[in-house]
Amino acid sequence: MSAEAGVEAARPAHAAPTGVAAWSRWLRPVLLSLGPILATLLFSGALLLAFGVSPIDYYQAVLHRGIVSPSGLQEVLTRMAPLLLVAASLTVAFRAGIWNLGGDGQFLLAAVVVAATAPLLVTHMPDWLALALCMALAAGVGALWSLVPALLRAYQGVNEIITTLMMTFLGVSFANVLVKLVFLDPATTVPQTRTLPVDDRLPHLFDTRISSGLVVGLVAVILVHLVMTRTAFGLRLRVVGANARAAMHAGLPVPRLTVAVFALSAALAGLAGAVEILGVEGNVRADWNPAFSLTVVPLVFLARFNGYATILFVFLFSVLSIGGESAARLTGVPNFFTLVLVAILLLLLAVAEYADHRHRERTRA
Amino acid sequence: MEHLFTQAFLTALILGALTAGIPLLLAGLGEQISEQAGVLNIGIEGMMLSGAYLGFLVAYRTGSIWLGFGGGALGGMLVAAVMVLLCVRLGLSQIVIGIALTIGAEGMTALLHQFQFSQSYPRLPGVATLPIPGLSDIPVIGPALFNRPAIVYIAVALVFVLAALYRFTNLGLNLKAAGDKPAALDAAGVDVVRTRAVAVLSTGILAGIGGAFLADVGAGLFIPFMTNGAGFIGIVLAMLARGRPLYVLLGALLFGACLSMTTALQVAGVDIPTDVIQMLPFAAVMAVLIAFGRRASLPAALGLPYVRGAR
Repeated sequence: MSAEAGVEAARPAHAAPTGVAAWSRWLRPVLLSLGPILATLLFSGALLLAFGVSPIDYYQAVLHRGIVSPSGLQEVLTRMAPLLLVAASLTVAFRAGIWNLGGDGQFLLAAVVVAATAPLLVTHMPDWLALALCMALAAGVGALWSLVPALLRAYQGVNEIITTLMMTFLGVSFANVLVKLVFLDPATTVPQTRTLPVDDRLPHLFDTRISSGLVVGLVAVILVHLVMTRTAFGLRLRVVGANARAAMHAGLPVPRLTVAVFALSAALAGLAGAVEILGVEGNVRADWNPAFSLTVVPLVFLARFNGYATILFVFLFSVLSIGGESAARLTGVPNFFTLVLVAILLLLLAVAEYADHRHRERTRA
Repeated sequence: MEHLFTQAFLTALILGALTAGIPLLLAGLGEQISEQAGVLNIGIEGMMLSGAYLGFLVAYRTGSIWLGFGGGALGGMLVAAVMVLLCVRLGLSQIVIGIALTIGAEGMTALLHQFQFSQSYPRLPGVATLPIPGLSDIPVIGPALFNRPAIVYIAVALVFVLAALYRFTNLGLNLKAAGDKPAALDAAGVDVVRTRAVAVLSTGILAGIGGAFLADVGAGLFIPFMTNGAGFIGIVLAMLARGRPLYVLLGALLFGACLSMTTALQVAGVDIPTDVIQMLPFAAVMAVLIAFGRRASLPAALGLPYVRGAR
């Protein structure tokens, strides 16, 4: 630390901006996320005290399960896989100005179809081929479920918030119908699909219990980030998102791009469903709906659609939800407290961003 | 099949449509006010839940259903006040704050419920109905439509009050201006932030009463996460209605009828999986959109915070 400071001081004057740049590039984001996290700990600590629980015990349990203990950390990293894919799905859509709020329906239907086909496929072909086919299938199912909203938006101008929400309600019920009536495992009494044997699931990373779905998720988020920021295709999508009318005048095929965005976004949501089934769950029980999409939406916004920031936020959220479950068991606070914790964190992160924005505007002026 | 259309079935269906539809109606009307004023209120689910919890708590403690609705309004308003501060006053992202408020209200109400009522699960007594003389004697529809708790009539009357408000009053015009061209409203000397704040608080009140209706009249008790997407249906109803309260009423009754169809069919002795019937209203709306898909005329400034002087 002191050595660095010495180097900093020894630099000639014209190098000073690098220090400022480093400040604004690294330190500011760190402060901007650490500040709200600390404030959240204070706020929710007060709440815990009001409920008669020691905040120290609670946070210790969260930290222990979420980061310190190897099995907990592995669970956190496994949980990140579907969340990252959902985040990638939302980022594509939001950057292109399309409100795909139907992620949960796309996720769930793809999950059900994969859960129904995977146990059949693995008996007929090598695992890697079966898993790859299932992922492609999931992406296809997701994309298919967004087709109607996509066409309505692209060619009729029907607001996609309505249609995707409709399709998500429809999809969740339809998934249940499929589980209860069509893909039912006759061997069990509770309605659920056949279970994919543990040996045939997505392989674990190295010697850990981390699902390799994590790699799929990380690759998807980073790929989406690079495509949206570094390629001509991404630029076109962002232009459509910024001003669809201007994009039309610039000669961009806006309707076709709109359909492409829907397909990409929904395919990624479907892939998230596949990863969760092939890597973690192994089957779909009736009425199972983790509703990842809704919780990831604010994370993606807070990350300002930046892929790397998204990864950090998703990690933080996973630590809180996995650690929170364990802390709830240990300290006797109902697990619902995790929801409150996440909500306070989201609110404070948003406020911190606002404060930073105001500060920058004032210093510029 | 003819036993399907017995008097008991029809009465159960209409009654169910009304009971399930009133919370959706209140949520939809509330959301409509916010959307007219340019605020996409995604926190409405949280407002309903908060209203359901406080509405139940107050009604249970005081034994008065009207105080219960007051508690519901207060509960919705509490959440709405946070939204006013963060989204309207400071201009933070309405999506982030809306979802955060919904998640927070879900967690908070479930927690409080668990601490207070998890052992006893107390229930409220049935709500007294107010038969309308003459009309309530009509066979089939009479008991279902005109022998309801007073709050039902008030909610339906609100549809016409709001329609008149949008059409004939300055406040209604200001609300629409705040959603369509806030800068013009500002130039005319009306405070945009205050107009939108009034809108969001009204949303909180209506959504809160809707939640309280779910708990106090519909279920008779509070269940964690009991709104179960009703707020989101409210958002969809408001968007489909394009600023016309009467359309919200029609939509709410359609959704209510489908949601209550399962119970009515069970009365008639037909066994169809709940999930199939739950798909009906959404499928119907999609079919309508596909057939008559027109450009939605949403307020131009919907979802955008108003910053004076910004372009």
